[in-house]
Amino acid sequence: MTETLPAAAETAPTGGAPLLQVRDLEAWYGESHVLHKLSFDVGQGEVVTLLGRNGAGKSTTLKAIMGIIGKRRGSVVYAGRETIAMPSRQIARLGIGYVPEERGIFATLNVEENLMLPPRVQPGGLTVEQVFELFPNLRERLGSSAGSKLSGGEQQMLSIGRILRTGAKTLLLDEPTEGLAPVIVQQIGATIERLKRDGFTIVLVEQNFRFASRVADRHFIVEQGRVVDMIPNAEMDASIDKIHAYLGV
Amino acid sequence: MLFDLLGVTPQALFSQLLLGLINGSFYAMLSLGLAIIFGLLNIINFTHGAQYMLGAFGSWMLLHYTGLNYWYALFLVPIAVGFTGVILERLLISRLYHLDHLYGLLLTFGLALIIQGLLRNEYGISGKPYAIPEQLRGGQNLGFMFLPNYRAWVIAVSIVVCFGTWYMIERTRLGAYLRAATENPTLVNAFGINVPLMITATYGFGVALAALAGVLAAPIYSVHPNMGADLIIVVFAVVVIGGMGSILGAILTGFGLGLVEGLTRVFYPEASAVVIFVIMAIVLLVKPAGLFGRTV
Ligand SMILES: Nc1ncnc2c1ncn2[C@@H]1O[C@H](COP(=O)(O)OP(=O)(O)OP(=O)(O)O)[C@@H](O)[C@H]1O
Ligand SMILES: [Mg+2]
Repeated sequence: MTETLPAAAETAPTGGAPLLQVRDLEAWYGESHVLHKLSFDVGQGEVVTLLGRNGAGKSTTLKAIMGIIGKRRGSVVYAGRETIAMPSRQIARLGIGYVPEERGIFATLNVEENLMLPPRVQPGGLTVEQVFELFPNLRERLGSSAGSKLSGGEQQMLSIGRILRTGAKTLLLDEPTEGLAPVIVQQIGATIERLKRDGFTIVLVEQNFRFASRVADRHFIVEQGRVVDMIPNAEMDASIDKIHAYLGV
Repeated sequence: MLFDLLGVTPQALFSQLLLGLINGSFYAMLSLGLAIIFGLLNIINFTHGAQYMLGAFGSWMLLHYTGLNYWYALFLVPIAVGFTGVILERLLISRLYHLDHLYGLLLTFGLALIIQGLLRNEYGISGKPYAIPEQLRGGQNLGFMFLPNYRAWVIAVSIVVCFGTWYMIERTRLGAYLRAATENPTLVNAFGINVPLMITATYGFGVALAALAGVLAAPIYSVHPNMGADLIIVVFAVVVIGGMGSILGAILTGFGLGLVEGLTRVFYPEASAVVIFVIMAIVLLVKPAGLFGRTV
């Protein structure tokens, strides 16, 4: 076993070893066993997607990595550190930012409070000004009252924007384009491309694999709580029939 | 004149309103603490009345055993009682969060009985006298009524504390954390914020508020082990009327119902002991979430 020094792990790429290594991950909601020894890994600066049918366990995978599920087992190594026994808040402090499927905008907080809520976990986060450059719509809504009064697209931007402020360099995005108008999907796609150019590492859950193939390097197919296939993005077109079969479309 | 029409003297009206405002001050502080605790911990803190009593009893003990007066009690007792709350939360209450509300209710109710029982055993049930501090004796003649200084002081402290707490929760960054954790603790934790610590601190703060109310009450009401048990039943009715989770609702309902009680004592004294419960029944029928409650 090679050990990565924490200090080095935070700044430099982990020389060969993937940044995020998920091994035999199992997870439960109460009695119901949802992830069954799921494994995949993500390199530094890579964008991967988790593709799969409804209920396959994609969201649960992100929750299990984040440590916000009742019971989990297996191994999740991030930047050389085993996180499986860590509380959620400590995992966040390693520099992993989570954007949940339901967006998680707080109704009792106004837009500015929502934006400023997540604390900085690492240096180098975006300033509020930079978040507004990325999502100009948010600036106009800043003075408005409750976060819950925003449109779906604005909520999604706020949900991503507040995480970018924290300095987290690894992002777990759960269906960021779900239910949004094409023009907003475009904008979010452009944002993810830009984040990738800036060196962010991203795990993206997507139903829309056209969108996924635009931004991702590799795709993992999730079925019944397992990763059953990996498709490099270059082979996406050649594998289109196979993907259709996996997703049942 | 108006007062002839109503058949009451202005003195009677104003002195009952003042009494109502005093009671309302205690209702507001106590229901505020309950609302904060319920919001974040999802536990109906039945120990609240006992913790209020500990505030009053603590003041008496501090004076009796160490000679430290009211002004020391005002700061030391809420801190000390709040600290026992912190220990209680860490040791016992925190083990119940994954269970039904009912368990928290049973635990805190049991704790209240134990605390009251222990003090009854040691000190009996007779009231302990606690004098009004020298600086606050006497009163002001306002022309239409006589305003005792200590009562004015209680009302002022209660208003400052209640609205200070409201401001802290609704307008500051710390308050934003608290509101967010009340809404979705899991996600707030996943942002790297120490939610368990916030929960402990919140319980301690709610308990300290109860104890502060107790310190303020010591010179007015008689200090005895059951003083909280009597009061807390009314406070729970206030909380139900205001709506369980609302901060401003708890404060306004607390003061408002104190006044309503006072008015009832003027116009229909027979009903004054039950008026709050009658209002509670009506509110439950018409708006079950409470006057300021959000229906979720
Ligand atoms: N809170 C929960 N309690 C119990 N079971 C749950 C819970 N959330 C999800 N499940 C179950 O776990 C399984 C995996 O759900 P998950 O949300 O991870 O799927 P998903 O791949 O994200 O699907 P979708 O595309 O619909 O978002 C499903 O069978 C689902 O019914
Ligand atoms: Mg999902």
